[in-house]
Amino acid sequence: MTAIEVRGVRKTYRRYGRRRQFGTLKSALLGGRLLRDLRPDETFDALKGVSFDVPAGRTFGIVGRNGSGKSTMLKLIAGIGRPTEGTVRVQGRVSALIELGAGFHPEISGRENVYINGMMLGLTRREITARFSEIVAFAELEEFIDAPVKTYSSGMYMRLGFAVAINVDPDVLLVDEVLAVGDEAFTHKCLDKFAEFRRTDRTVLLVTHSLDLVTRFCDEAVWLDAGIVRAHGDPRRVVDAYLQDVARAENVALGRAAAAALDAAGVHVEGRTGEVATDGGADPPAPSGEATAGPSDAPARPGSAARPSTAAADEPPDMFKADEGRWGSREVEITDVELIGRDGRPAYVFESGEPLEIRLRVAARLPVTDLVFGVGIFNAEGVCCYGTNTKIEGATSAELAGAGDVRFVIERLDLVDGTYKLDVAAHRENGAAYDYHRLLYTIRVTARLPETGIFRPPHRWRFSGGVRVTGLEP
Amino acid sequence: MLTSLRHLFRYRALISSLVARELKARYRGSVLGFFWSFVNPLLLLLVYTFVFTIVLPGVHPPELEPFALFLFCGILPWTWFSSSLLEASNVLIAGGNLIRKVLFPAEVLPIVTVLAGLVHFCLGLPILAAFLVYYGVPIVAGDLLWFPVVVAVQLVLTLGLALLLSALAVHFRDIRDLLANLLTLWFFATPIIYALSQAPAPVRRFLNLNPFTHLVVSYQEVLFQRGSFAEWPRLILLAGAALVVCAFGYFVFDRLRDTLAEEV
Repeated sequence: MTAIEVRGVRKTYRRYGRRRQFGTLKSALLGGRLLRDLRPDETFDALKGVSFDVPAGRTFGIVGRNGSGKSTMLKLIAGIGRPTEGTVRVQGRVSALIELGAGFHPEISGRENVYINGMMLGLTRREITARFSEIVAFAELEEFIDAPVKTYSSGMYMRLGFAVAINVDPDVLLVDEVLAVGDEAFTHKCLDKFAEFRRTDRTVLLVTHSLDLVTRFCDEAVWLDAGIVRAHGDPRRVVDAYLQDVARAENVALGRAAAAALDAAGVHVEGRTGEVATDGGADPPAPSGEATAGPSDAPARPGSAARPSTAAADEPPDMFKADEGRWGSREVEITDVELIGRDGRPAYVFESGEPLEIRLRVAARLPVTDLVFGVGIFNAEGVCCYGTNTKIEGATSAELAGAGDVRFVIERLDLVDGTYKLDVAAHRENGAAYDYHRLLYTIRVTARLPETGIFRPPHRWRFSGGVRVTGLEP
Repeated sequence: MLTSLRHLFRYRALISSLVARELKARYRGSVLGFFWSFVNPLLLLLVYTFVFTIVLPGVHPPELEPFALFLFCGILPWTWFSSSLLEASNVLIAGGNLIRKVLFPAEVLPIVTVLAGLVHFCLGLPILAAFLVYYGVPIVAGDLLWFPVVVAVQLVLTLGLALLLSALAVHFRDIRDLLANLLTLWFFATPIIYALSQAPAPVRRFLNLNPFTHLVVSYQEVLFQRGSFAEWPRLILLAGAALVVCAFGYFVFDRLRDTLAEEV
């Protein structure tokens, strides 16, 4: 049996221009457009033909970005508003946990609000009386139920709202992102209540950003994106498809941000490498202390020689103080940096455990012989997760004449979920930088599980004896 | 529309609870509390009596004596009418959160406003009764039977206008501001501080177009004027008109129902 049937639903909202909001009545009366004004003109489709069925007794999840139409869908199912096109059919009594305690009046007691809220949700006075103690116990508000609601903390307010809504005893329960209202204990209680709903074969529709909840609780899920159904079916697969799409979008955004950061730091991208040779001389040019000064324009800039630049250039980079930026003498220059993912293409988002390759394009104005290449990985808190260079790893000599490529290949990027920043550098054996790129490259590492820490060693659990553990993620 | 009405009937317990809440919440925290329901009309009456017996003595003919009582017959129902409409024009916008987030018939809100006004009106009646006794106005028992009818007609008329205004005000916020001024004009276009008979004949024809004129005249006839209530044909006529207004108001509200959740 189908509890919720959504067929080709389109929902069009009207959008107002500023002009229309002012003087609406005047224009309506003058133009005789009273009825025309009530019809939409400039419109926006929140849902563009959505269809799905929710069989009775299932727990069904809706995931999607902000603004994808999830809440609109939920409201249509709840009966608040009607679809512009298509049909929504719901079997049985519906209770919607869209905004908890929406009807509470602050001046009157919790007790009276429970009655009024319950009646708004469709209970009779007698039904509420029968459930009253259960509601109060669930909300854990026995002591305060006769105090005016305005004296409640926001948690108490939400708990009472939740307790009333869930005790309406609906056949179909609609939940919109409301589980974040209480403390841990209350959240567990809510989840227990959902489990009870499942056991008693009632339908729950869950709209949430907590994907974990969807994979754990739902039998089925849809992914809404910009008003259309992008995926429908097994919750794990739907969530995975959604996450991949989010990663793709983040990739694009990070790529854009990285390009902007590199631009600001003066790192050359393809087509600008020719500038390197322009001021070639026997002596190293005045090293620029600032990341923004490119090698070609640094000597030409008036006043640049007066800067205390030598100190800045020769100072070994202080890992704990330095902000992102770029410094060095630029006798050797890192002209291009690329981060390569599993598929051999540039990427900014990597799955934990996937390979990562850092490609450096380097160029020397004059042949150098005391060259060291280094990389460092930092997490969002600025903790160095890993740092190495060719000298640490025992290189006895490294030379560069002209241009060349350096590849740093990480077979498995075993980091926990998070954002990381990279250092890449070319410096002398004594540590003086030729070209140091400090935290200029951002990557995002995604992991399926919310583990903590920094390092995610490949691992597995083994149990023996009386220990029984099931459901572990592979 | 009929199914909507049936839904509304199902929510009658909610309406009565909301009216009770409205009354309770209104005076919560004030020193006089519920007593304000009595004091408010009394103070209003004092102001008008002061103006028309001390500042402007003799502008009303002797047949309107005792003038305080005459005023009261009009002001009490007018206060109910005007405050209900003013509140109704704002009630959906103020309760926007409710309409957007909870599924329940939105017409409950303006209806509650009007009914809460009715309760306040009824709480003013003991004062009116006290005045009647104080001035020793002879009451015709037959007239008193008409009193609830007049109240009922006013209730129906006010409900219709409240439904109409509340739904339209969501779309045209201007109505709220317009209404406040319109009600002032309406007040003076109703024979409350003067008798209909005082107005010149052409003006009287205009005043007769005002439905509230007939209501106030009925109140005055029933409570104030000596002799039995002779104006009942026009009251019946008005009752018919009020029913039409109410049906129209509900019809418009029902048509706009689906847009309310989006527009508030």
